Amino acid sequence: MLRLEKRPQPSRAWIWATPLLAVALTMIAGGVLFALLGKDPLAAIRMIFWDPLFSPQYASYSRPQLLVKAAPLILIAVGLAIGFRANIWNIGAEGQYIIGALFAASVALIFFPSGPADVRIFGRVLFSYDVAPARWWLFPAMILAGALGGLLWGLIPAILKTRFNTNEILVSLLLVYVAEKLLAAAAVSWLRNPTGAGFPGSRNLSQFAEAANHELIANTGMHWGVVAAFIAVIFGYVLLQRHMLGFHVRLAGQAPRAARFAGVAPARLVLFCLGISGLLAGLAGMFEVAGPARMISIDFNTGYGFTAIIVAFLGRLHPVGIVLAGLLMALTYIGGELAQFRLGLPSAAIQVFQGMLLFFLLALDMLSNYRIRLAWKEAAP
Amino acid sequence: MKRRQLLAGTALALGLASALGTVALADDPLQVGFIYIGPVGDHGWTYTHDQARLAVEEHFGDAVSTTYVESVPYGADAERVMSQMILSGVDMVFATSFGYGPDVNAVAGRFPDVAFEHATGYIQEHPNVSLYNARFYEGRAVIGHIAGRMTETNTVGYIASFPIPEVVMGINSAYLHARAVNPDVNFRVVWVYSWYDPAQEAAAAEALIEQGADILMQHTDSTAPVTVAQDRGILAFGQASDMTAFAPESHLTAILDEWAPYYIERIQARLDGTWEAGNVWHGIGDGMVGFAPLNERIPADVREEAEGMIEAIAAGEYHPFTGPINRQDGTPWLEEGETAPDGDLLGMGFYVEGMTGDVPN
Repeated sequence: MLRLEKRPQPSRAWIWATPLLAVALTMIAGGVLFALLGKDPLAAIRMIFWDPLFSPQYASYSRPQLLVKAAPLILIAVGLAIGFRANIWNIGAEGQYIIGALFAASVALIFFPSGPADVRIFGRVLFSYDVAPARWWLFPAMILAGALGGLLWGLIPAILKTRFNTNEILVSLLLVYVAEKLLAAAAVSWLRNPTGAGFPGSRNLSQFAEAANHELIANTGMHWGVVAAFIAVIFGYVLLQRHMLGFHVRLAGQAPRAARFAGVAPARLVLFCLGISGLLAGLAGMFEVAGPARMISIDFNTGYGFTAIIVAFLGRLHPVGIVLAGLLMALTYIGGELAQFRLGLPSAAIQVFQGMLLFFLLALDMLSNYRIRLAWKEAAP
Repeated sequence: MKRRQLLAGTALALGLASALGTVALADDPLQVGFIYIGPVGDHGWTYTHDQARLAVEEHFGDAVSTTYVESVPYGADAERVMSQMILSGVDMVFATSFGYGPDVNAVAGRFPDVAFEHATGYIQEHPNVSLYNARFYEGRAVIGHIAGRMTETNTVGYIASFPIPEVVMGINSAYLHARAVNPDVNFRVVWVYSWYDPAQEAAAAEALIEQGADILMQHTDSTAPVTVAQDRGILAFGQASDMTAFAPESHLTAILDEWAPYYIERIQARLDGTWEAGNVWHGIGDGMVGFAPLNERIPADVREEAEGMIEAIAAGEYHPFTGPINRQDGTPWLEEGETAPDGDLLGMGFYVEGMTGDVPN
């Protein structure tokens, strides 16, 4: 007979072994799934995990793309992890990501040079001038706007929780749908590209030099969002491991009563956790809209805010773990696309595959909290 | 010794060359890649493109091989998928949603030897980017006529996606032709701000029925509205593909997206080496817009009128936007006998006279 025995403390070894084991189990179960779909499981697994990194045909293109795909995931997940550590559940990073992008794009487009203008007197051109002097401060202003947008959207569930004791899980999640409607409205009205033939979507920010978030070094995938993600990881590490506030966060999560005795103000902690995760999600939206996504469109948000929840847990709510988890998740996206058009796997199969990763991880978490004992004899009743 | 080395060297070089795929064989199939915005099983927009892809495979046999990725978001993801397809040997890309425009052009600039076909777009920054679109308003004219003749409550419900010219032009076309045969007809429009959201589309359908609509039209992709119509015992028109199976009694017909003839023509041109970038807007006459079988419930005279209208539009004898037509505010848009210029239609942001409500802004 197998028997579960609660460990007095979670096993440190298992905490770090379970993600690896979850990846291995996902590969096995995914392989079975692919085989059932009539595809060669080994080829599919190799295409997802190996080819984007090492195949001479794709690697030089795919490796930089890993950074592009992982950066927003890592940036958002670091913020979420801080809250999750304190048992404060921001499920609405997707909405904060959207609002950050909307704020940033709005700032950029206010200053869009709409071409040289003429100053006329009595119909005759007196002189022409260009309304676009180089504005070095525009990009930093967009960063601030993106952070502010995400922060404000994150603070709504925080204030409602501290004031009216609403559930931040529900409020932050529902605000995603509000943000999506705002995004759609912006794309078809106030941010719509005036030269876009009436189509929804804003101007192309990649064609607006001062606002564009281009690659910093060509063909490396490095853009400012990647830099920001690394800074956020360091910030998150220092905060959680080295700072008093981080200690309070962890204490509040593990022992709320003890935290209260230690002088942790729960309301301030809620505001901080939801605010910081909103801010980072807003930043991710800003770097995305000015960089890889190029513009606001109706479907600008592609699920980074939700996928980042998986990344945060897969990375054990630890900033360094999140970097690895973000890169792994990005790999399954990029390799998953290869498997789709090379082997004809449906995109749903790739999504199931990604979902398995979280499923196995959560299931295996039992091993870090419980010990499995073999009991040969039933205890006498 | 030397000779053997030479031979070995040659063999190695040959092996390498073929391994890297640099030795082009005459009977290598042309590889064509498709990227879709939705799932191939949506029974709407993406489904029709994928049906056309299958028709391409059927038509060309071994001469062409196709591949696709579904549910590709706009932006970096689309750019990456297209780039990886091309790196794997794809020589022609069909990008089947308007939002791929900036991505298609970015990739086209980097791969000038690859042919790009972009559906419903408007950006052509490179000589290897071709655009194609369908005149769906021609189909809307026909269903507007049928609706005008068949509504008993004089209320037609319209489930619209986004307030953009493509959708506004469809509403106007349907309304003008319903009003032409039924001056009392009234259109109620619900904007769901999505192309594909079965739950919202169903809710919109219910709301429209509550407001008295006995015929539904949709400019969204799911089968939810026709299913609701079937459950509630009213009539409806499908979208993009034949949705009869989802509402056998209620489904009067559907405007079909027929991409296969165009895809076959363009891929043939690519095979022949005559492919050049173009910009086409095809209608019923070119075979890009079609109709699902007309339901038995449509009275014989209405059916005849509809078929006559389809023929006239196909033959170019009738343009659905023929003046006199005024704007909603009463100002004249088209003079007597004047037909709408394409530019007006592609930028259409207003309702025609008689429509109630506003185009959201």
